[in-house]
Amino acid sequence: MSTPHVQAQLARPPAAGSRPIHPLWVRIGHWLNALAAIVMMLSGWRIYDASPVFHGFTIPPGLTLGGWLGGALQWHFAAMWLLVFNGLVYVALNLASGRLVRKFLPLSPRAVLRDFVAALTGKLSHADLSHYNAVQKFAYLFVIVDLIVLVLSGLAIWKSVQFPLLRDLMGGYDNARIVHFCAMALMAGFVVVHLAMVALVPRSLLAMLRGR
Amino acid sequence: MSNPSDNQPAGKPDATRRSRFPASLDRDSILIDARRELSMPSRRLFGKQMLSLGGLAMLTGCSITDNDSVNKFLTAVSRLNDSAQAFLFDPKQLAPTYTEAQLTRPFPFNAFYGIDDVPEVNGDDYRLKLSGLITGQRTWTLPELYALPHTEQITRHICVEGWSAIGHWGGTSFGDFLRRVGADTTAKYVGFKCADNYYESIDMPTALHPQTLLTFDYDGERLPAKYGYPMKLRMPTKLGYKNPKHIVEMFVTNTYPGGYWVDQGYNWFGGS
Repeated sequence: MSTPHVQAQLARPPAAGSRPIHPLWVRIGHWLNALAAIVMMLSGWRIYDASPVFHGFTIPPGLTLGGWLGGALQWHFAAMWLLVFNGLVYVALNLASGRLVRKFLPLSPRAVLRDFVAALTGKLSHADLSHYNAVQKFAYLFVIVDLIVLVLSGLAIWKSVQFPLLRDLMGGYDNARIVHFCAMALMAGFVVVHLAMVALVPRSLLAMLRGR
Repeated sequence: MSNPSDNQPAGKPDATRRSRFPASLDRDSILIDARRELSMPSRRLFGKQMLSLGGLAMLTGCSITDNDSVNKFLTAVSRLNDSAQAFLFDPKQLAPTYTEAQLTRPFPFNAFYGIDDVPEVNGDDYRLKLSGLITGQRTWTLPELYALPHTEQITRHICVEGWSAIGHWGGTSFGDFLRRVGADTTAKYVGFKCADNYYESIDMPTALHPQTLLTFDYDGERLPAKYGYPMKLRMPTKLGYKNPKHIVEMFVTNTYPGGYWVDQGYNWFGGS
């Protein structure tokens, strides 16, 4: 990709009756993941407030889910099953179908930088939603890895005795909470940017809803 | 922009626009795209999506937590999580131990009441009562309990709230004690009644874990009232609220006994 994909993609006419931009399993996986991740985050905020990792920093209770610590824990440990099993199916299908390689690779820091600059200067095309630009590729891969870190650090907190290797990997119980919080903050950042992009290119929301 | 034709409102001269705006002028085409979206049915759909996002945000007002069927579902998942944790629990997996230098000083006081309301138990007429599926249903005095084989541990106490503290406990192996008094170790639960009206119950595999300690001492001293005099069951494999203090009665049973916090919605297994 020596030239930005902008021009190349624009010229491609939409084929009538062609495959959907997002196959059904991607859409289902996306929305279940969105639901699980949001519930995890909002209930996690309430759990965080019970004993803030960063002294002096709490999250306004009005933004949290669960009503009280016990309720928030119930939501958190219910949504985790959806997050984990949906995530496993999503990643497995992405790998098995070759979608992961097809849609996300190749990816180079240079391409990310180039498309990032193009996006800031309004030169990035969103004509072909079936094709991810390098910034999208990076952002989506990033949030997948971030979710994996969230699950692993969460496991290290939840079961710090039963998973000693994971506990050590996270730098001990207390440190696992810091890792968990930071990974959450990065995910929250992703959600904000992701929603802003959807607001800028509303067709991408339609594509994720009905596939086209 | 070459947008999919099915997205095109009737009569909209898309072809004209495509020729007027070559590929490189994407800023303009994005603007047109945005304007077109706003004048289309998809705008309403988008609005609906934003509304449902708002609806999701309203979940946070905890109103959904008051919904009966939602609570039933969450409680059912919590019971499922009990089973999942029992499955994950390895009876041979030891919690990490620490050195004297790593102790948290002062070790935090924590209870469902303030420190001024800590019960004062008179050790002289104290009797530990045993009941349920236990053959040796006699009572125990404190000197008799203190005479049992002694062991110490420095372990991390993890609170359900998230904080943790490292403490130094001394006492006797709870598993050995259960076997000594003839408890049915094939039963499901061990329950506790406490002098501060706290009550709690644990699974038998955790009761028999080598680090589960019936503690009479803290940091080399007799257990002070604030840490649960005359005895606390210390389990480094469970969260803090599962560790009962001021124990006055123990019973072995196959009937689920619940617990003070558990009955209010905290997870029963509470494993770490």
